[in-house]
Amino acid sequence: MTTLSTHTRSGAETLLIALAFLFSALLLVVPLALIFAFAFREGLGVYLANIAEPNTLHAIWLTVFTALVVVPVNIVVGVCLAWLVTRFRFPGRHLLITIIELPAAVSPIVAGTVYLFLYGGQGLLGPLLQSAGIKLMFTVTAIVLVSLFVTAPYVARELIPLMRQQGTEDEEAALSLGANGWQMFWHVTLPNIRWAILYGAILTNARVMGEFGAVSVVSGTIRGQTNTLPLQISQLFNDFNVTGAFAASTTLALMAVLTLVLKSTLEGRFWR
Amino acid sequence: MAHKPGKHLLPGFGLTLGVSLLYLSLIIVLPLLAMLLKVGGMGWAEFWRIASSNRALAAYRITFGSAFIATIFNGLFGLLLAWVLTRYRFPARRLLDALVDLPFALPTAVAGLVLVTLFSNTGWYGQFLEPNGVKVNYTQAGIVMAMIFTSIPFVVRAVQPVLEELEGDLEEAAHTLGATGPQTFLRVIWPTILPAFISGCVLSFARSLGEFGAVVFIAGNLPGITEVVSLLIFIRLDEYNYEGAAALAFVLLLAAFITLILTNLLQAWQARYAERSRG
Repeated sequence: MTTLSTHTRSGAETLLIALAFLFSALLLVVPLALIFAFAFREGLGVYLANIAEPNTLHAIWLTVFTALVVVPVNIVVGVCLAWLVTRFRFPGRHLLITIIELPAAVSPIVAGTVYLFLYGGQGLLGPLLQSAGIKLMFTVTAIVLVSLFVTAPYVARELIPLMRQQGTEDEEAALSLGANGWQMFWHVTLPNIRWAILYGAILTNARVMGEFGAVSVVSGTIRGQTNTLPLQISQLFNDFNVTGAFAASTTLALMAVLTLVLKSTLEGRFWR
Repeated sequence: MAHKPGKHLLPGFGLTLGVSLLYLSLIIVLPLLAMLLKVGGMGWAEFWRIASSNRALAAYRITFGSAFIATIFNGLFGLLLAWVLTRYRFPARRLLDALVDLPFALPTAVAGLVLVTLFSNTGWYGQFLEPNGVKVNYTQAGIVMAMIFTSIPFVVRAVQPVLEELEGDLEEAAHTLGATGPQTFLRVIWPTILPAFISGCVLSFARSLGEFGAVVFIAGNLPGITEVVSLLIFIRLDEYNYEGAAALAFVLLLAAFITLILTNLLQAWQARYAERSRG
């Protein structure tokens, strides 16, 4: 350590810290504060009425529902994939890791578009679905599917480096002591990776609840039916109901703050 | 699968392989394939006509240009934040560290709503900027602002761990050998963090290229002036012009592929670098 709190700060050091705080305040703190200032600017009564507006309430419910489906699926698949690529060597291993990272690199609009080309009326499976009487596009199912696409890497990405680093000794020991596969998983693997799972789940949740681009392509944005919270916020803003848009935003802003608190707590305790 | 029998001591190969392949195929590969088929079906001439139309070219220019400016800002700001967070101890350091991730946690639609409100002519920032002739909302500056906000964390989070690992010894050595502060930074620290820095910039640029939610709120979305590629795709879909949307989505997908390959190469470079400096 070259710099300790006991030494006197140089001019350059003070300047750099001040600059970091100034820009962070302008770009991060003020925007966060503005959400709440605008949501409550017409009083608590108006705020509560805005939140209780049926379409906004429905949007909150739909957003929570989507997260409740997507996060567990991501956990199961993330654990499977991480187990596969860290415990076994086989051809195509790196390709699998690249494929799962792909959704993080593409624009959310592209994510929505590829689903439209698969399940939409003119899509690859469109005619097939139509003849079977199944409608996927512009339904809640479509919202769940694109959410699964955009969040595919989140859990696996946290687990892969950790499980690679932990190695297989504990698990091999459990097996040699007579544990079967599931016992080994529940009593050895899972306790070792549970915090990383939670960490990945928190990031997945934030992305699912906030996804806008991909969902806006496939949801059809039907108020009270397929409007998630971000879409509802956009529509309120387009209706010039700015206070209502900010009121709806406070729920997502609280989710974001909670995400940061949990993330930072986990990092402080288990990493770094 | 050509794995050697008897090599797998641990159970679950078949199960996890099955689940992973099925899931990746259905959720990621199949939808991408559907779009590639759509693009393949339209033929090269048609693809080129759409992808090189004037409106598309203007959208590329605006998108890539704005993303470039935003990345330069975030490169500098990210470097500053990473440096301050790893090298100095001061009150509220952990709070600042946690706050850096806000743009990843805050939904882009909310970010867009906040920015357009901040920079409106009566907004907290706009009321000071507009009388001085600086207009952000519904101009390219707005697009840049939205891109800056949504990709702030990339460079910080790329550079921070490298700086942390470097802490102390190398700089101490340089200092003992008579190097001044700036010399130490340029000759010792900068070369070490460079791969991580570039990789953070590439990620930041890629994110900005695809950004939609925050941009549509503040951009004004005028064709040829403030229309980004992802918005043009959205408009084409709205017009049921699926060929148009597919061609442009393919261009963005290609850009994503290139950035993914670039970051993989950079990470390999960084790993080699770390290996050598340790050895």
